[in-house]
Order: sequence, then C-alpha cells, then structure tokens
Amino acid sequence: MSAARSAATRDGEPLLDVRGLCADYGAGPGAVHAVMDADLMLHRGEVLGLAGESGSGKSTLAYAITRLLRAPGIITAGSVRYHSGSGQSIDLLAADEHQLRVLRWSQISVVMQSAMNALNPVISIGSQLTDVLRAHVPGMSKAGRRARAAELLTMVGITTDRLGSYPHELSGGMRQRVMIAMAVALQPEVVIMDEPTTALDVVTQREILQELAELRERLGFAVLFITHDLSLLIEIADSIAVMYAGRLVERAEAAALFRAPRHPYSLGLLSSFPPLHGPRRPMTGIPGSPPDLRNLPAGCAFHPRCSYVMDRCRTDLPPLLELTEGPGRQAACWLQDGSAPAPAELALPVPPAGRVTAAGQLQAGAARLDQVNLRSRS
Amino acid sequence: MRTLARRIGFYLLTAVAAVTVDFLIPRVIPGNPLDAVLAHTQGQVITKATLRALEVQFGTHSKTGQWGQYLHYWSNLAHGNLGVSTSEGMVPVTTVIRGALPWTLGLVGTATVLSFILGTLLGILIAWRRGTWLDNLLPATTFFQAAPYFFLAFLAIDLFAIKLAWFPSGSARGILDFPAVNWTYISDVLDHAILPALTIVVASGAGWIVGMRNVMVTTMDEDYVLMAQAKGLPKRRVIWYAARNAILPSISGFSLAIGFVVSGALLTEIVFSYPGLGFVLLNAVQEADYALLQGVFLVITMAVLLANLAADFVYVFLDPRTRQEA
Repeated sequence: MSAARSAATRDGEPLLDVRGLCADYGAGPGAVHAVMDADLMLHRGEVLGLAGESGSGKSTLAYAITRLLRAPGIITAGSVRYHSGSGQSIDLLAADEHQLRVLRWSQISVVMQSAMNALNPVISIGSQLTDVLRAHVPGMSKAGRRARAAELLTMVGITTDRLGSYPHELSGGMRQRVMIAMAVALQPEVVIMDEPTTALDVVTQREILQELAELRERLGFAVLFITHDLSLLIEIADSIAVMYAGRLVERAEAAALFRAPRHPYSLGLLSSFPPLHGPRRPMTGIPGSPPDLRNLPAGCAFHPRCSYVMDRCRTDLPPLLELTEGPGRQAACWLQDGSAPAPAELALPVPPAGRVTAAGQLQAGAARLDQVNLRSRS
Repeated sequence: MRTLARRIGFYLLTAVAAVTVDFLIPRVIPGNPLDAVLAHTQGQVITKATLRALEVQFGTHSKTGQWGQYLHYWSNLAHGNLGVSTSEGMVPVTTVIRGALPWTLGLVGTATVLSFILGTLLGILIAWRRGTWLDNLLPATTFFQAAPYFFLAFLAIDLFAIKLAWFPSGSARGILDFPAVNWTYISDVLDHAILPALTIVVASGAGWIVGMRNVMVTTMDEDYVLMAQAKGLPKRRVIWYAARNAILPSISGFSLAIGFVVSGALLTEIVFSYPGLGFVLLNAVQEADYALLQGVFLVITMAVLLANLAADFVYVFLDPRTRQEA
C-alpha cells in the first residue's frame, strides 16, 4: 500500500508518454492505417478518457501502447515511454519480451470489455487470480497467494468462497468485478479499461463505477478509459481525447470538452447522448457513418459528415492545433486556426476550471447514472 | 456427481442393448455353425453320435424357444462362457481372445496413444508458430493420412524390412515362442512391433495434428489468451491457457479411437501378420466361426462403451461447464 500512496503524492507527473504512434492492420499497399500519428500523455493518478465511434482506432491505440495488438496489427512508428516510479523510463515499443513480461500487469494492467471472454472458461477464478502472483511475485508462498486472491475478491465485494468457482458460474457483473480485482492485484500504476461497463446494464454499471472510484481512492492508479460513451467520460475522466478515423481530433479537460467542444465531431458526439446532468440538449446525432479506413476521404476525414465544411477541409488535412485558451487544449479543425471566428457552437466560453478530484468525479458519475436509471424506470 | 451416475446408467442400458444385438447377429445371418464345422472335416468320417454331439454343442436343433436361448446366452455370459471356436480347433472363444488381446492392446494401444500425444503436441506447436516453416508440415502429414494405408505399410516393409533389413517384416515375435521376462524376449517383441506401430502413428498422426492445430488457432484469438499475455504470464502458461481449451474436442476423438483399439488396426495386423484381435476377427469371418465372431464383437462393443464412459469422466474433469445439471 505504501508504494501506491507515495505514487499518489506524485500526482501529475508524466507516466505514459505516447508520441507519433502509428498502427496498421496488414502490411504493404493494402494496409489499413488504424491509428495515425497519435500523441497521448497520461499523468500519474489521472483518468484519461479516449472516446470515439466504433472503428475510430481507440482500442487499437490502447492495445498498441501495451504491445498487445493481435496479428495482423503492427506498430509502424512512434514511441511509448513509460516512466516507472523509480525514475527510470522505458520505451515499451523497444522493450524485449522479458522486459515486457515483467512490466505487464505489475505496472500496466488491462480490463477488457467482455469479462466472459476475457476469463478462461476452464480455469477457476482462484487460479486465474493467483497465476499473476505466481508469475510476478516469485517469493510468495502458495498460502500467501491464496490469501491475497481472497483479499482481492473481498475488495470488490465478492465472497471468498467464490475462489473455486468457474466464470460460467458467476453473473456478468461479478465477472467484471473479478476482472477488476485481477487488474489491481499487483497494484499497477496504469489500468487500461476497454469499455469495462459497456456489456452491463445500468444498475451494474453504476456499482462497478462506484467500486472503481473507491479502488482508485485507495490505490491511486491512473486510468486510460476507452469508451464510445462520451457523456460517461465527462463524468469520470480528468481529461478526454477524442478520436476519429484513426486520428486524435480534440483534446481537453473533461469539463471544458463538455461545455465548450472545439471540434464539430466532438460536438456531434455530445449531441448523440443525453447528458447525464445539466440542461437538456436536443439530440441530433451525426449524419452518415464512420469512414472506411481503407478509403479515407481526402483532407479532413470528417468533412463528408461535417455541417461546417469549408473548401479547405476537402483538400487539406488539419493538424492538431494548440488552442490559445489554455494548455492541453487542442483541436484538429480549420475552424480553430484563428483565420476566422469559429461558429458560435464551437466557440462557447470555457467554464472556470474547478478541478474536481478524479475519484470524486467517478462517484459523481455513478450517482448520475443512478439518476438516469431512476428516470428511465419511472 | 448425479451427472456421472446418470451417465453410468445410460451406459449400462447401452451395454444390455449391445449384448442383445450380439445375440441376434448369428441368428439373422444365413448358414449355421454346424455346417461350418462339417465343411472343415474334409472327408473325415462323421458318425451319427459325433453329429448328435455337435448338434447338442451348438444347440442347432434345440427345442428351446428364442427367449429361452436368450436367457441361456446371458447365463453363459455371466459364467464367462462364450462358446468354442470352430476354426481354432474347438478351443474356448475366451482362450482365443485372451491369446490375441494383449498383442493388439500392446501394439495398437501404444501406437494410438503415441500418435495422439505426438499429434496434439505438434498441433499446438504449429498453431503457436503460425506463419513459420512449421506450416509446411501440414500438407506433408496430410499426404500420409490420405495415402491408402496398406500401400504405406507395404512401402515400409519393402524399405525397412527387406531393403534395409532393420526390422522383421511380420509376426509378433521371433523364435522365442514363450513369454519370458528377460531382455532378449522383450527386445524381440519390440523389434517386431516398431515397424507396424510406426506406420499407424504416421498414418493417423495427421488427423490429430490438423484437428488440434485448427481448434488451437481459433482459440488463440480468444480474449482470455490475449488476457494471459497482458498478465505477463510466462509463455508456457499462455500456451497452456489456449491448449487447455483447444484440446477438448480432441479428447472426444481420442476416446473413440481408444475404444476401437481393441478391434485392432485390421489392416496393420493383416499386412504385418500380427497375431492380434483384428487378425482373429478376419479369420473368424472367413471361416464362418460364429461363436468367435460373437465373442470378438462383444469385446469390441464393451471396449468402445468403456472408453466412452472414461472419456465422459475425463471431460467432466477437464471442462467445468459440463458439470452443471442440464
């Protein structure tokens, strides 16, 4: 626990620094560029949300960072520097297999979308929890591992008699809890969550988010949270990166993105979900569908679906521009390059930044989900 | 536990049905054992008394009805009496089977187990190293499986037994016709078994390799295998995560194969003149030896049933999902 505590006091230091990451599926001229030139920075103790539609490359980006891309996925360029607590920094993309194996789970763990598929159906929960301990904590006794596994289960509200159970004997929510218990087993610095609550109903979602908030409070790990549900991210994330067609198109603090989106795509995403709190907005969605990554439109990939499209968007790809209004505020849109005033919807004033703690936001998110749930039931 | 009790009940019922069918078979095929014996006497004088004795022995002119015969059959079975073999000089059928069974179990059993283990391990390896030179093994092994077995066996005999003279070309043992527990005898038996066993492994190995490799390739795409990698587990443990699931279909196939071991690899035993149960079965058919046929069929059926029962037990042990009550 002491290691996690001391990590929490260094909140805000860079932890995971992704630069110019490119990932393709396949090689040669037929390759699909799933992630292009992605820059991402995760700070210690931060919840970074990664949002986008299906096929926008958000999961590919996350798996590329951890070097877990499945064939035919390959990383073609970029660097991922991981700054460990001891002040060392490792380029994950250059690490050899042994370094990776040691780093995985002890520093960076993953929670996948479908716990049913991510848990091995023929191995008991207990041994799936203890095998990470056996692999990473060589000195630990069998009884010690067993006790730790029991402790982990208790931590996520599952009785210890479930250690002998198999995944099919647990409910969906319990399985996801087991996954979360597994993810924090070695007290990692980073937990990557790939749509961890998408497969669950709202009640269970709320409980899981609550649990995550408490665990974060206790253990102080940073989270890379991937979801298509932008309104959920607004509640739980400190900052948010929005992806479209393999590129990051906007980056902002959660509240700023929610109140004052700067990219038409972010605006579209925000109007696609009912906001969990605040004034009601008309839900309009985004016309059209995500582009075919093998055949991207010229210029800005979003231009065929954009209602603010200009001639320039059809030919020139907008870079991720640093906006004037504050550090870490970026958007890849020609409307924001300062040559002309942006439309009113994309130039809303940013609310004064009252930085809420991430854990508090998680809890608030859970509570809001509760309200939605009540509303939808009444 | 209730699941297993129910399975055992099911197998008992199947066994009764199998015995009944075994009882009916000689009664529905044309001819009768007496004619078969008489055909063998070849000019010897058969006295009226001899004929009468044979009639009693085989019950061909018995006044007992079918039902009575059926009950009698069960009673004989309970006493371990399977009748006498007409083609093997009126020896009890049980003696004939007991003489042949160990050879078959030893040769075909070992070869089947070996082929399963080697094939499965190779299948896992080829799947894990997908895209490397190991992929070329697949068409090669499939060739051995597709080539007619007897052709393969004759080639093996021609090359290894005749041209190179590394192994004997037939029979199960050399001059030493009595079992003994010494190295000379054992090495002699092994010497005779290696070539036929090798042909079985080569011919049937491809099935296990392809089966295991294909399931393994799809299993490797499962999230839990990616998860095992994400957990930073040692490579062997990751392969185990996948193989543990991928082997389940192969286990069913293996249990069937084990059941059919008893019937012997018919072609193997013929080509290599190996004195196993398959060889006995072939003789029994050619000589119209009803009692021996019946006895061999019974042993084969029981072996298949037992192997399946064993597979059910193993399956319940390996796959927790089958433990649930339906």
